[in-house]
Parts: sequence; structure tokens; C-alpha cells
Amino acid sequence: MIPLSWYLLVAAALFSIGLYGVFARRNAVAILMSVELILNAVNINLVAFWRYRTPEIPSGMVWAIFVLVVAAAEAAVGLALVISIYRNRDSVIAEELDLLKN
Amino acid sequence: MTSDITPSWVLALLPEIGLVVLLLVVLAYDRGLKPPDRRKVGVVTAWGAFIVLLLTVGQWFVLGEPDANASLLGSLFWGGMIRHDLVTLVFRIMFLMALMLTSLISLDVKPLQKGEYYALLITATIGFGMMAAATDLMMLYVALETASISSYVLAGFMTTNSRSAEAGMKYFVYGAFATGVMLYGMSLLYGITGQTNYFGITNFLAAAGPAPTEAQAVFLLSAVMIVVGFGFKISAVPFHFWTPDVYEGSPTPFTAFVSTASKAAGFAVLLRLFQSGVLGEPTQGSGWWAMLVAMAIVTMTLGNFAAIFQNNIKRMLAYSSIAQAGYALVGLVSLSQDGSGATMYYLLMYIFTNIAAFGGVVMVSNLTGSEKLEDFNGLSRRSPYLALVMLFAILSLGGIPPTAGFIGKFFLFKAAVDSGLWWLALFGILNAFVALYYYLSVVKYMYLYRSDQEDVAIPVSRGAQIGLALATAVVILLGVLPEPMFELTRQAAAFLFAG
Repeated sequence: MIPLSWYLLVAAALFSIGLYGVFARRNAVAILMSVELILNAVNINLVAFWRYRTPEIPSGMVWAIFVLVVAAAEAAVGLALVISIYRNRDSVIAEELDLLKN
Repeated sequence: MTSDITPSWVLALLPEIGLVVLLLVVLAYDRGLKPPDRRKVGVVTAWGAFIVLLLTVGQWFVLGEPDANASLLGSLFWGGMIRHDLVTLVFRIMFLMALMLTSLISLDVKPLQKGEYYALLITATIGFGMMAAATDLMMLYVALETASISSYVLAGFMTTNSRSAEAGMKYFVYGAFATGVMLYGMSLLYGITGQTNYFGITNFLAAAGPAPTEAQAVFLLSAVMIVVGFGFKISAVPFHFWTPDVYEGSPTPFTAFVSTASKAAGFAVLLRLFQSGVLGEPTQGSGWWAMLVAMAIVTMTLGNFAAIFQNNIKRMLAYSSIAQAGYALVGLVSLSQDGSGATMYYLLMYIFTNIAAFGGVVMVSNLTGSEKLEDFNGLSRRSPYLALVMLFAILSLGGIPPTAGFIGKFFLFKAAVDSGLWWLALFGILNAFVALYYYLSVVKYMYLYRSDQEDVAIPVSRGAQIGLALATAVVILLGVLPEPMFELTRQAAAFLFAG
């Protein structure tokens, strides 16, 4: 059987890519996608831990499903906000959103 | 823990069930309203919140369940998902009061006279209530997102206003990121312990004994990641950078709501997680304790010093709310029953204080259309009562007797000194003096400066008058008669440690 650490490494890699994306990308949609990568890393973690640590209690699996559902709701709201800002400013580049500054 | 749903399970969720009913009522009522009657939906929300509040408190006094000596299992419901104890009661009172007062000060803001606005305020309140009650990481996550997703929409609610849209966008991006990091930390915690229930985790840690060094490193990492998520919620430095922008751009009544209720919900979770030992023994000197102490010091200082240089009152109050989070953290890191009780008392009084302050801003900016400090020139001559409300709110924020802010700070710093953290208390007191400078400058604008519009009174509708008067009355009441409420929060704090 594939050892647990392999799954955790994939998850950690995904998390790091997502983290990098949030800080490095300028487009709001790309930042949103990076956040989704972080959530996917979480899901891999949860399911792997469930399978290897406590296969008799399905809490990790159930949690992963919750994360999926909530992420879908979050993406819907996030994209709606992106559309709203695009209609107002004709831009979704994070640095150009600077009305609210000192 | 049986799987049969008993009446006590349903009673444990009574406030949330009441809010769901209110949500449906508000949405249905809004459909039948003609445009000139639109503001009535806010009145219905305020009354609904008041009724749910009476239900919540009444349920406690009538049923008295679970009593103060109930065992841990006796106060866990829904398979260990939520805990129905005094902590939950205190925080639910806070959130319902915040909902009621926010609805009242939103009444006359034209863009907010929509059913959706009040519906989202109610869903956010449900989320906050569940966050305070949650004793399971899974429940906590779902509750947090219920509250957060509603808040993102509310921040960007005025879709034709580009400042509001920008605030919504920023809140969403930072919020979703912080939640993602927090969730990764929680998944690590689940991986180490194989449990999702707070008390399951605590028991596992107690049984496992001292962990090997690698496990401790992962454990600390997960604690740091969870603190990122809730540090964001309470806007503690270094996770505060969203606060000024979002507070400034959002609709002002929502700013009042998010700066009080959302902060209180974040603290509720931190109190539960840390004091029950989910992230390691609650002892001074542990890794996460040092981290929180450092956060408290930096948060107070940075918030106060940045607030001095603001000329937009919403931005100034945003930095002030960062500083207030720092004070409230002092009670948390005291790691004592008194300290946690003081934090809860502080958050409770902060809800009334800050909603009164922001309520004044709503009334003034509703007429003038901007939020500059100069708009408050001569307010004492334009609208003496509104100026008086603002005066008490500002005095309470600054911590001057006879207001609740003074007593709140007193309890916090006393708890810190009792726990041997006199230097932290000293730091807080010095900070409070710095804060006086910018708080009193608002008073100066209101009472000393003149304006050429002194004969134009600020219109305040009756609903808003009731809201502002109630908030001010409670601020004074909690200031001169703090004992009953502090006793309640202190008793509540005992539940945090029993695990």
C-alpha cells in the first residue's frame, strides 16, 4: 500500500502552490483559483488521514464533503463579487483596487 | 451520546431555529412590500431579534438547563457538535443584541432597505451563534463559513458603489485565504489526534503523554495556522491589514456589525480552543501562549498609533477596533477564569459601545454623504442628543468612567496582574493613554468646532433613536453597575476550563 506520507506530500505541495499563487498572482480570479488549491490540499489531507488513521470513524471523509460544498458556495459568492467589481472598475487586478487607501 | 433526537437537543438550538424562522418571515414579508414601505423590513428584523433574545434568555431562566453544575456530557448536544452552556448563552446574547441594534441603525440607509440585507445579517448571526456553541472542528468550520460568506456579500452589498464592491472583494480574498490556511491547520490537528471533537482531542492529548519533537512541531504549526484564521476574524496584527479598507468601504451599519459581532465570535472560538487545551496545555510559557502575548502587544500598539493619523472616522474606528482586539486578548492570555470572564465582559460592552459610535456615524453620513471627521463639526449644536450618544460611546472606547469601557479595561488588566502579567497590564494602560488622544479629538470636533450648518439638525428616525438610546443606556449601566453581568461572564468562563 502507498504510505500515508506520499499523500501528505502531495497535499503539502498543493498547499504551497496555492499559497504562492495567492501572494504572486495579481488577477482576482487567479487568486480565487489558488484558494481553491489550498482547499483541495485540505481535502487530500482529510481523506488520507481518515483512511490511514481512523477508517472506522468516517469523520474525515464527511468533513471533506463539507469542505467541497462550502467551497462551491464560496466560489459562487467570490465570482459574484469579482463581477461586481469588474462592472464598477473595469478591472479585476488586485493592485488596481486602490480606492480604499490612506 | 445516543442518536435519537430528544427535546433537549432541539432546545439547545432554539435561538438558531428562531432565527431561521425570522429569516423566512423577513424574506416573505419583503416580497409583499411596496417601495415606500421598504424600511419596515428592518423594523420586523429588529423586533424578531428582540423576540429571539427573550426566548434565549427566557429558556435559560425557565428551564435552567443545563444547570451550572452539569457534567460535560450533559451540556453536549447533537453528537458532541455543540455545547449548550453559559458561554454559549453569553455570546448568543451578544450576537442577538448586535443584530437588533444593527437593524435599528440601518433603517434609514436607503441602499440597505432590502429584505436580502436583513436576511444576510440574520444568516451571519446564525453562523456566529453556532461558532460560539461549536465543540467540534467540523461544526466550527461550517459555522464559520456560514458567517463569513454572508459577511462577504454584506461588505459588497452596495453593488453600484465601487468602494463597497472593493471592500467586498478584499474581504472575500483575504477571508477565503485565511480560512483555507486555518482549515489546513485543522486537518493537521485531525491527522495527529484522529479526533474532531475538542474534548476528544484534549483527552487524546492527555492520554498520549509527551509527544516526540516532530509531532510537537506539527502540533505548533497547526496551532499557528488556526490562529491565522481566527486572528483574521478578530483583526489582530499581523492579520489586520484588511480591516481599515473593509471597514471604510462597507455600508456603515454593516461595519458596526462586523466590528463587534464578528470579533466576538472569533474570540468565542479562541477562548474555547485555547482554554480547553485543544492546542496544548493552557500554561504560561507554551509556544502558542507566547505567540498570543506578542500578538496582543503588537495589536494594541499598532492599532492605536495608526488611528492617530486618520481623518476618516470609519478608518479611525477601524484602527481603534484593532487596538480593542489587543486589549481583549490580554484577558485571553491571562489564562484564568477571571481573565476569560473579563474578555467576555469586554466584548459584550464593546458591542453596545461600538454600535453606538458607528450609529452616530451612520446618522451623520446619511445626511452629508461622507465620513470625514470635519462632518462632525458643531454636532453638539446641530443635534445635542446625537452628540451625547457619540460622547458616551467615545468615552467608553477610551476607557473613561462612568462608562462600561473603563470597567471592562479594569477587569482585563486586573486579571492580567493577578496572573503575574503586570507588564502586559502596564502596556495596556499606556496604550489606553495614547488612545485617549485620538478618541478625544472626535469630542473636540463635536463640541468645540463650529460649522456653518448648525441650524440643520441631523434627522434621526424613531427606530434609530431607540437603538442609539438603548446602546447608550447599556453602556452607562454596565459602567455603573457591572457586578451582575461580570458575575455571569465569570461563571460562564468556568465552563471553558472544564473539559
